[in-house]
Amino acid sequence: MSSDLAAREPLPLEQFLARQEQIGLLRFLTCGSVDDGKSTLIGRLLYDTKLIFDDQLAALQRDSARHGTAGEHIDFALLVDGLEAEREQGITIDVAYRFFATDRRRFIVADTPGHEQYTRNMATGASNADLAVVLVDARHGVLSQTRRHSFIAALLGIRHVVLAVNKIDLVDFSEARFAEIRADYARAVESLGFSSMVAIPLSARFGDNVISASPQTPWYTGPSLLGHLETVDVDAAAMVRPFRMPVQWVNRPNLDFRGYAGTIAAGTLRVGDRVAVAASGRSSTIARIVTMDGDLDRAGAGSAVTLTLADQIDISRGDVLTAPGAPVAVADKFDAHVVWLTEQRLFPGRSYLFKLATRTVSGTVTHIRHRIDVNTFAEVPAATLGMNDVARIGVSLIAPVAMERFADSRELGGFIIIDRLTNATVGVGMVEAITPGSTNIVWHDMAVDKDARAALKGQRPAALWFTGLSGAGKSTIANLVDRKLHALGRHSYILDGDNVRHGLNRDLGFSEADRVENIRRAAEAARLMVDAGLIVMVSFISPYRSDREAARERFDAGEFIEVFIDTPIDECRRRDPKGLYARADAGQIRNFTGVDAPYEHPASPELHLLTTEADADTLADRVIEELRRRGLIA
Amino acid sequence: MSDRLSHLKRLENESIHIIREVAAECQAPVFLYSIGKDSSVLLDLILKAFHPSLPPFPMLHIDTGWKFREMIAFRDATVRRLGLDLIVHTNEEGRRQGINPFDHGAFYTHTMKTEALKAALKLHGFDAAFGGARRDEEKSRAKERIFSFRTANQEWDPKNQRPEFWHLYNGRIHKGESIRVFPLSNWTELDIWHYIMLHDLPIVPLYFAAPRPVVVRDGTLIVVDDERMRLEPGETPEQRVVRFRSLGCYPLTGAHESSAATLPEIVAEMLIARTSERGGRLIDRDEKDSMEKKKREGYF
Repeated sequence: MSSDLAAREPLPLEQFLARQEQIGLLRFLTCGSVDDGKSTLIGRLLYDTKLIFDDQLAALQRDSARHGTAGEHIDFALLVDGLEAEREQGITIDVAYRFFATDRRRFIVADTPGHEQYTRNMATGASNADLAVVLVDARHGVLSQTRRHSFIAALLGIRHVVLAVNKIDLVDFSEARFAEIRADYARAVESLGFSSMVAIPLSARFGDNVISASPQTPWYTGPSLLGHLETVDVDAAAMVRPFRMPVQWVNRPNLDFRGYAGTIAAGTLRVGDRVAVAASGRSSTIARIVTMDGDLDRAGAGSAVTLTLADQIDISRGDVLTAPGAPVAVADKFDAHVVWLTEQRLFPGRSYLFKLATRTVSGTVTHIRHRIDVNTFAEVPAATLGMNDVARIGVSLIAPVAMERFADSRELGGFIIIDRLTNATVGVGMVEAITPGSTNIVWHDMAVDKDARAALKGQRPAALWFTGLSGAGKSTIANLVDRKLHALGRHSYILDGDNVRHGLNRDLGFSEADRVENIRRAAEAARLMVDAGLIVMVSFISPYRSDREAARERFDAGEFIEVFIDTPIDECRRRDPKGLYARADAGQIRNFTGVDAPYEHPASPELHLLTTEADADTLADRVIEELRRRGLIA
Repeated sequence: MSDRLSHLKRLENESIHIIREVAAECQAPVFLYSIGKDSSVLLDLILKAFHPSLPPFPMLHIDTGWKFREMIAFRDATVRRLGLDLIVHTNEEGRRQGINPFDHGAFYTHTMKTEALKAALKLHGFDAAFGGARRDEEKSRAKERIFSFRTANQEWDPKNQRPEFWHLYNGRIHKGESIRVFPLSNWTELDIWHYIMLHDLPIVPLYFAAPRPVVVRDGTLIVVDDERMRLEPGETPEQRVVRFRSLGCYPLTGAHESSAATLPEIVAEMLIARTSERGGRLIDRDEKDSMEKKKREGYF
């Protein structure tokens, strides 16, 4: 144990309270490879700052004997490796948060895993940290994982890094080895743009240079790790940036009070200041800054407040209030870096939800500019992204959103991507470039609109989306519906999967990515036809729910009618009108829906037709009935 | 600049932000009120988040029937004073069967707390439940998300939690699923006491030292709160000056000897404390990894 501990005795109450007002908070994360000693280092910091209680220490001594890897010594890693599975496997599998304090600062440590498959957890830890402690084992030096962790830290916005050269005792406290690793690391992260990098030789296990200078490294004259963490200045200039506040919640207890609740993302606000609503540009004056502890004259970045305005203007959740002289971009297209977090791959063209500040809108990844190899930082081409991939992408949203570049604002430049069906958080992104002019795209205002075209035809336009397995009977029923509509004097058209693949989509194959694009194009063509006033039938297998939902979004409410042609796979295989099942079963066709590629059943289609219960003509009549019921045809 | 926020103010702001996100994104939130000090702080933050409105969701207390009488009195006084909407839920079936902490140990906790909570959330269709848990309390809590996702069976899968970035929380769920939300995740026990002292928040008097009838059982000081306490042969309650650091069901909650009878004295005691907060909770010692196990089953 260190001799420096006497100086860290608890302060009397008065001193504690007097200091609390000045004590800031530093959030940092530790990262490194599996055996670099992260958990040991955190355990050591907790132990040496007296944050380990006696009963916890007793439990630790018991656990060390049972699971420990440190011989007769206390295994500090056991303090922080919380979950049962981790203790048994001796690895850290999730982000754990730890708390400790000195009389100069409070600290929150995110302990993040080292293995590649948990890159996403490291990104999670990094997103709320001001500083990263990157551990390397002095024996092994800078590894590809070291580079990867540094890259992710930089990507998620960390500007300050500590290179902790751990296990320095195992290289005989060698100054030359330390200097070599420091130089390697400086070269490796040169392009990442950290604003501070401090290298410290230490031994987490024995405490050298952790909280005080070690006599074993007289050649090292820099700060101890804790000394550096207590003093490093990481506060971004959030206060001097222009005012921004995303509105979280509109507070209306009665007709006389309308307040806008939110956390100030940047800048300082005073009563009487002018503010503007980013999307509408309308402005007003701050009447009150309301808190339960009393109204404030002013409030700065990080404050959770409720604002009232002098004028009644339309503001709701998702709007961003800004200083009128320094507006933010309001855009629906931008470029971003993204970390993909799930095994379900990202496909351009598929519809996702994007949550940025307090706004959630749907949109698509239009393209992947390149994937970034996180070990070499090389840019490589990619058609899709898998778990832990990092890439630069283009995004297109269905509505404009107030945003800033991530480099200018974590609050208005960071976003998450949510899967529409599973609701999982599947990606995290950082806005890098906002497409100029994407704010101002105005649809060409046609003199003759959709309603006028449809009225001339005596119908309301619609897309009937026939989905089902190959051989289910989609085209058969669609053709019958087409004939019946024609006989009724209605204007209709069929987009058939096979026919469209011969022309419009002949460049596409049957990979998951190509299937997504196939559906996107079909939906877009159908949308144009609906715009022209037609009743269009789309007869596509369209196996993925999310793609059908994305198609649905291109249409106005009531225009999209999903028709599930439900035929059991065995029946389809028996019918096999094109001989495709036989070839798929023989392995001659790959990625065949129902055989070696999935079909996701519609959850709630507008029409569910079971072909085993009625013949095609009866089912076609049911489609016509449905069109009448919905008032699409007379 | 002088606008730089103190550590505690920053925690307060972040908690309010979380509470407002839930109110904005979830259909039917509820505040799971446990009457303890953390609940007092969380209640204050919830009031702050929506001031001058009252909170747009109710409070829920799972009453095991074995809480200290002073806790129940404090609960009812708090609700009256603030004009809040409180739902009290008890596992009536368990009560009828006489499930109690003396005879039934871990089964008691499971039945009267975990199962009762799950039933109450289901009965009222709550899809988000605020709790006062903190990451510094216990090792498996340290890995809990702020928005902790529960399956339709209300189970917690530590390997399948949504990653959380910056202050962006994903509150989207399917019908039947729910979220437990922990706005105090980043607070420490000392922060809680410091906040209570700064704002002079009302707390249950059991936190203050006073002479109370005590028996010593397995090294733990148990306060005899009512006539249902089963005394073992040779046990006679004696008056000792004690207080609690953490409150739960009285037969399962250990007191400690202390003379701290005011908030400043409590904070001063905290500054030199050498044992952890949950050291007095008997239910955490049942078996190895017991908190993680209880959480997986749906315990708060």
